[in-house]
Amino acid sequence: MITEKFPSRLLENAVNEFAKLPGIGRKTSLRLVLHLLKQEKSEVELFGNSLIQLRTEIKHCKVCYNISDSETCNICSNPNRNSEEVCIVENIKDVMAIENTQQFSGLYHVLGGIISPMDGVGPSDLEINSLIERVKSGEVKEVVLALSTTMEGDTTNFYIYKKLKDLNVKISTLARGVSIGDELEYADEITLGRSIKNRLDFESTLSQ
Amino acid sequence: MYIKNLSLVNFKNFEEADLKFSANLNCFIGNNGAGKTNLMDAIFYLSFCKSFISSIDGLNIMHDQDFFVIHGRYHRLENEENIYCGLKRGQKKHFKRNKKEYKKLSEHIGLLPLIIVTPSDMNLILGGSDERRRFLDSIISQYDQVYLDNLIRYNRALLQRNKLLKQFAADRFYSEESLEVWSDQMVHYGKLIHEKRVEYLQKLQPIFQHYYELISSGKERIEMVHESKLYDHDFAELLKESIPKDRLLQYTSVGIHKDDILFNLGDYPIKKIGSQGQKKTYLVALKLAQFDFIKDLSGMTPILLLDDIFDKLDKYRVEQIVKLVADDHFGQIFITDTNREHLDQMIEEIEADFKIFQVNDGTVNEVTK
Repeated sequence: MITEKFPSRLLENAVNEFAKLPGIGRKTSLRLVLHLLKQEKSEVELFGNSLIQLRTEIKHCKVCYNISDSETCNICSNPNRNSEEVCIVENIKDVMAIENTQQFSGLYHVLGGIISPMDGVGPSDLEINSLIERVKSGEVKEVVLALSTTMEGDTTNFYIYKKLKDLNVKISTLARGVSIGDELEYADEITLGRSIKNRLDFESTLSQ
Repeated sequence: MYIKNLSLVNFKNFEEADLKFSANLNCFIGNNGAGKTNLMDAIFYLSFCKSFISSIDGLNIMHDQDFFVIHGRYHRLENEENIYCGLKRGQKKHFKRNKKEYKKLSEHIGLLPLIIVTPSDMNLILGGSDERRRFLDSIISQYDQVYLDNLIRYNRALLQRNKLLKQFAADRFYSEESLEVWSDQMVHYGKLIHEKRVEYLQKLQPIFQHYYELISSGKERIEMVHESKLYDHDFAELLKESIPKDRLLQYTSVGIHKDDILFNLGDYPIKKIGSQGQKKTYLVALKLAQFDFIKDLSGMTPILLLDDIFDKLDKYRVEQIVKLVADDHFGQIFITDTNREHLDQMIEEIEADFKIFQVNDGTVNEVTK
């Protein structure tokens, strides 16, 4: 596997570690390590410590399982947020995307993935049981399914729906249709077909 | 719709070729290996962005050359369309319509409808059921995007369900509800696909019968039987019942992915009892039925490529095909043959315009009438 001859074991170790990162090959890895070697010692210490701190001190919010600095994340501990609405997402990137819209004032529940046997992910690997417990505790009135529209996303939605449908909770999902600013002739047929079928009462669109 | 001009550079055994076609009948005559089918392939390429012979694009470049170019000028719905296809060794294939490059090749497919009959289509009869399913699926999905999407989703769910079955076996663990969500998805999409297949086959059957009778003068009775358990069983029940079996096999043993279409002659499968000529007739009738279907759906008359079609057929059937194709129901036709005998016969029948091309080892010349 190793074709290069490194003059130093320390250098080789560092290169090997960087090369484990996604999207980083051995050439890039070497370039990054040599770059770090040229920096001030204090700079590199800061870099290394921030990584160690990240790994050792990061927590998962015990309510929504989002990544957090404290036991409960700052979304869950914010008293202004509506704890009756819970949005189900795959990971923290989706939380960030929805937060950026500034249109949702409820809380989240981060599954940590979606069901996909091909990737070795089953329901028990996800935060689904904790979701059921959370709904059972009674405060949640509506669950918003916000997973990707792939086969795996749909299946996970479906699995959660089956688990929750007998509990006293409203289950909704993201609207699917033509994106805003799109010209109709360029919309794909599947999306456009779905939009026509699930058309909306015009008046209800005025308030948005 | 028809192709007016075709020019080739370094495509297979043609270093350079420039052809002007008739809007009706075009014949390529030449010996084995002269390149008749390669010309057909070039026309096929411009409709489907790929070769019907080799799935590896690089193999279509002339040996020792770096690139090939196929360029066609079409007459389509009163407009001229310029279609360009270029491939450099080791690079992505470029496909342009009126000098504008396509982002996705799938956007092009369907623009220039085309039906081809080749000797390799025999696999449809002789091969496994997957060949016949693919034949059916490809026709339906050409004009029904939703069908294609449902099919992709069904296959995805099937793949995941099979993977899960394998994991259960490997981990000595079983969870009914994990399996159930995938079964439910398969049922949802599978039912939609089944309905479409039934609908399409019902439409195709009478057209197919009509053509077969015309060619064989009605001596033989033929039938296409769609074999699917979904006709008389509920798909959800079927999947549930097959769970013990599926767990043993570690794959899903029931569903629309196991459908077959039985091609019968009389009451027996043509695969087993049909002669070479009967099988060929069957295929030609099937393809002509497909032609009608696509003509109806697209509102355009597809180009028809008949590669080595007269091989193995008796004189009477050849005559019938010639008569049939000479009808103005069909638009532009391309035919390859090794001798002029059939073609002269055909030309006698045809009142419309025609052109004959002599193909010799990488060169093509129009034969003056």
